Amino acid sequence: MKRRTLLKGSLTASVAGVAAAAGLLAPQMVLAAWPKAAFTVKGVDNAVKTLMGSNSMADSGAIKIKAPAIAENGAVVNIAVTTSLKNVSSISILVEKNASPLTSSFNLSAVTVPFIKTRVKVAKTSSVIAVVKSGGKLFKAGREVKVTIGGCGG
Amino acid sequence: MANSIRPRAWVDSGVTTLKMIISHPMETGLRKDKATGKKIPAHYIESVIVKHNDKVVLDALLGPAVSKNPFIQCKFKGAAKGDALKISWTDSKGGSDTGEVKIS
Repeated sequence: MKRRTLLKGSLTASVAGVAAAAGLLAPQMVLAAWPKAAFTVKGVDNAVKTLMGSNSMADSGAIKIKAPAIAENGAVVNIAVTTSLKNVSSISILVEKNASPLTSSFNLSAVTVPFIKTRVKVAKTSSVIAVVKSGGKLFKAGREVKVTIGGCGG
Repeated sequence: MANSIRPRAWVDSGVTTLKMIISHPMETGLRKDKATGKKIPAHYIESVIVKHNDKVVLDALLGPAVSKNPFIQCKFKGAAKGDALKISWTDSKGGSDTGEVKIS
């Protein structure tokens, strides 16, 4: 009886081991194409760390975010990010209070001007954060967007 | 999904501006169908790539939090009037489309 439980136990353990190995492998395969983990993880710091491999960000006044102070429709919020930082390789836009903060990340080439304008969904009044990778370092800036519900216009 | 991309590009003092709107539902997978009460499955664009002369100028990774019918505007240097830009996207269900625009 004891032997059976042992066998059973080791079998489950090995199955779990295989599953874990598969689980470990899968995100890497996904990462090569689209960083799913970064888009689903909760918390701004976690999202940036998953995406960039580091979340040590310096606040920067050189990043300008253009966003409405009050957004009547949280489903469509215009966000423009521009920066005077040099050697910008990527611009990411995060919404702090969204279930998954990372909305989008733009990888720029050497000839691309560090400017991005897009539209994102903002679940509720939240800080919109732009993370800029410049010369291998991360910089961030934030801006509050109020979302009104009910269409009174605020 | 032909012609899902509506781009416009122009060059002004050496800087090319590209604006585009892609027709796409961008479902988060969290929204419920009011009639049936069932969740609408997630369906969103994951990647948009813009190429000029086969060189990538913008590689955008999008998530479900980008608004329906995504709008993207970017600027880059080094292109001239009449050059073609190639735009392509892929979504979470394996769908994709490509488009081209001439810089004016």
